Amino acid sequence: MFNTKHILGAALTATLLSITPVQAEEVIKLATTTSTENSGLLKELLPTFEAQSGYKVQVIATGTGKALALGRQGDVDLVMTHAPAAEAKFVEEGYGSEPRGIMENDFVVLGPKNDPAKIKGSASAEEAFGKIAAAGVPFISRGDDSGTHKKELKIWQAANVKPDFTGYTSVGQGMGKTLLMTNELQGYTLTDRGTYIAYKGKLDLDVDFEGGATLANPYQVILINSSKYPNLNHKGAKALSDWLISAEGQKMINDFKVQGEQLFKATYRQ
Amino acid sequence: MSQSWFELIQQALGLLFSLDKDLWSIIWISFSVSLAALLITLIPSMLLGFVLAFKQFPGRHFVLNLVQTLQSIPTVVIGLLVYLLLTRMGPLGDLRWLFTQQGMILGQMLICAPVLIAMSQAAFTSADKRAWETALTLGASLPRAILMVSGELRGPLLLAVIAAFSRIVTEVGCSMMVGGNIEYVTRNIPTAIALETSKGDFAQAIALGLVLLFLAIIMNFALGNLRGKNQVRSH
Repeated sequence: MFNTKHILGAALTATLLSITPVQAEEVIKLATTTSTENSGLLKELLPTFEAQSGYKVQVIATGTGKALALGRQGDVDLVMTHAPAAEAKFVEEGYGSEPRGIMENDFVVLGPKNDPAKIKGSASAEEAFGKIAAAGVPFISRGDDSGTHKKELKIWQAANVKPDFTGYTSVGQGMGKTLLMTNELQGYTLTDRGTYIAYKGKLDLDVDFEGGATLANPYQVILINSSKYPNLNHKGAKALSDWLISAEGQKMINDFKVQGEQLFKATYRQ
Repeated sequence: MSQSWFELIQQALGLLFSLDKDLWSIIWISFSVSLAALLITLIPSMLLGFVLAFKQFPGRHFVLNLVQTLQSIPTVVIGLLVYLLLTRMGPLGDLRWLFTQQGMILGQMLICAPVLIAMSQAAFTSADKRAWETALTLGASLPRAILMVSGELRGPLLLAVIAAFSRIVTEVGCSMMVGGNIEYVTRNIPTAIALETSKGDFAQAIALGLVLLFLAIIMNFALGNLRGKNQVRSH
């Protein structure tokens, strides 16, 4: 007895079987942070890489914490993140391999135009944070374990301030959403410059503090250890990593501009 | 997965029973906000349901259809509407309610009102009109007569309350947009689950999920009992 259900089922199975091996070859899953996605950098770089290599890159944009967790679970082929300490641990524990610093941008402290905590002209990010805490004005924290959130916690630590003062607002959201909330609440926040420039037109906020070594923000691309997860697309991941550090990839990173401003500085050194 | 399911569930139960402060603050916010929204909406909605059931007036059908439609509107759409009302540039911007519990309560009121109105209208429609008329001819005041009819319909009205409450206590779209998921202020169970999952911390997400599951079970049992009582009896 053949019925249509069986035939359809068989046809579907056959199709899936014929697709799967091809797909596994061609798709590269990249877990990265919202900052590289929101800024539009990947939309600029990836089509060129895809055209040259024949791979298709699927981007999963989350916070650094989640991106590394996806790498730990073998759900992606490589990661691109910006939290040096967490990345070092990721490689040490044997999940990641071949970490490469590909570029950096910087963080800035945004705040209301009238700067109620008077942080303009502070000597360091730590001093600026101390003034915000002392003034008790709202400080909006991403609170989502992202690279930016980890950086912010480090600065509080260095400033000797416990981030539980009146006005400390932990929102557990991505950078873009956090900027909009900061704007609504007219508080301060720490953001990567890329997302800030992308949202600039929507915000009634100023860069009240920038610069200094503390606020540098280096990005690494890290492959997943093939002995842990042999079935991932390691060839594709390696090809993407190699392309990002190639002369062409590095030049495209430097040339990428949003509203006329260069966002990322290519930093790969042999 | 770096942790087994068993370990995760163990951790989740540990959090619940060790009275983890963060976890219980989330649960408390969830319930207090949703209960406030429900209690503020309850009486006016039921009165409106009563009027729609017992009174004929021009436009009644339109209102009924509107309420029925609003029942199935996605919560993110309500969230968007409330966000636009409360944003700094919005008509109610001066209230400064965006990303506060007040804003969340407002959103949840809009979500649960249609459910309460539609379900209480259905309940009152099923009532025996004669009891209502008798009460009025015997000289009962209007509020007393309404109370009497409501007493007759305890079961179906309670059903409406439970359905409305379960809709707002579990919705994530509006709470996330209007409340903003602020720790210790507007972080409730659904938004916390969304956050913990996106961080890859599953223990707390599972603990909170268990609370919602437990709540759903209790409510379903309550509903089952009520439905059972409302069945047609053959004697």
